[in-house]
Amino acid sequence: MAQSNNSIKKILTVAFALCIVCSIIVSTAAVALRAKQQLNQELDRKTNILNVADLYEPGDDVAEEFKKITPKVIDLRSGEYTDEFDPETYDSFQAAKDPAQSRTLSGEKDIAGLSRQENYTTVYLVGDQDDPEQVILPIRGQGLWGLMRGYLAVEGDGNTIVGITYYSHSETPGLGGEVDNPKWKAQWEGKEIYAEDGNMNPAIALVKGGASADTEVDALSGASLTSKGVTNMLQFWLGPEGFGEYLAKFRSGTDQGAVDTASADETEGA
Amino acid sequence: MSTPTAKGVLTTPIFKNNPIALQILGICSALAVTSSMSVSLVMSLAVIFVTAFSNLFVSLIRNHIPSSIRIIVQMTIIASLVIVVDQILKAYAYEMSKQLSVFVGLIITNCIVMGRAEGFAMTNTPGLSFLDGVGNGLGYGFILMTVGFFRELLGSGSVFGFTVLQTVQDGGWYVPNGLLLLPPSAFFIIGLLIWVLRAINPEQVEENEFEMKSNTQPKEAV
Repeated sequence: MAQSNNSIKKILTVAFALCIVCSIIVSTAAVALRAKQQLNQELDRKTNILNVADLYEPGDDVAEEFKKITPKVIDLRSGEYTDEFDPETYDSFQAAKDPAQSRTLSGEKDIAGLSRQENYTTVYLVGDQDDPEQVILPIRGQGLWGLMRGYLAVEGDGNTIVGITYYSHSETPGLGGEVDNPKWKAQWEGKEIYAEDGNMNPAIALVKGGASADTEVDALSGASLTSKGVTNMLQFWLGPEGFGEYLAKFRSGTDQGAVDTASADETEGA
Repeated sequence: MSTPTAKGVLTTPIFKNNPIALQILGICSALAVTSSMSVSLVMSLAVIFVTAFSNLFVSLIRNHIPSSIRIIVQMTIIASLVIVVDQILKAYAYEMSKQLSVFVGLIITNCIVMGRAEGFAMTNTPGLSFLDGVGNGLGYGFILMTVGFFRELLGSGSVFGFTVLQTVQDGGWYVPNGLLLLPPSAFFIIGLLIWVLRAINPEQVEENEFEMKSNTQPKEAV
């Protein structure tokens, strides 16, 4: 018995049979539970969006609350809404990997360390679509250890911050990981993205030694590189390469022509 | 060891032959997931499930496993079970699976599971092996829950998320010990637990293998 167990034929048979059985079990579990898992991920994403917009209390019905929010796909290059994609299914992370739907970022433009940026992305509007109370923007960028992904909620004036949240990051717990700390997140409320002089480049930044201006937020203590990453990703996503064009429309009300042309060169240059 | 009995294999791993406290296996996950009790509980259940069923399946096919590939056969069974557990957690306990993150996947590398499959299930009947898996999972869970209890109580002032000691941050009196939220504190607690268990069962104490000779002078040692 023991001898026959070690014959080449037996070894191959056992290995093959085991692989078949195990792969069937694993794939059955994966397929059977996929719908449920996606629902969970979706719920988690929606909860994060509601959280950043300050619309969520633990115990709320996420689906019910989320009715206040309208997802919209925008063209990052022009800042215009587009109907080309269905906002419910459009996946901007997937698009960022597809050369046809994204562009490479080079050198000094790529301050957030993304290397590729999608052309279209999904934003979330709270309240009336034409005159939203809040706009929720997806942001991402390199922290110290890896990509940080999150949302930034901005008021309808396109300038005042409501809140920020990161739903995925790999920063050091207790130091850079404090981006999750509610106390740190609380100080973002009411901060302003742009300086008063009308400059297109965002002024918002994390500063050491206590924030004094409206465009300054306290840096995370002991986490200079994470703080730098957060500043960079905000500078990037709120600047002309990111949502600059789009937010400009809110800042200047309905008249958007002037701002658009003023910064068109910058965008085209990319 | 005498012939294993059903009761024996189920209960001895909890105190007498605890996989963490006596065999010092599976320490890594015990350090990582014990900062709160609810996470420890889910992790314990996952390990109990995986150890029990990997023992069962390995034991079922033990007479057909060629000895030259037995380790990889055991690994395949364990890995499949762990993936199933991970998928179930993601579907039914999403928040929990986010907190456990990679540590569910790392059950594959937990020496307890592998050790029981190789050391017990390969030579015993399926029923006994299953119970042995449950027993060892319980032994692991017992240590995890104890460590989790002290870490959560002293580190966050709560038990299973319910506040017991009102912390200063919430306007109470208790100043939480931040060290207990960090993995190294689990080392201290496990160390103390091993001490307690060995004080109760002196036969667990190993012989001192490196006893210094009585007439050795410090200068000679240099």
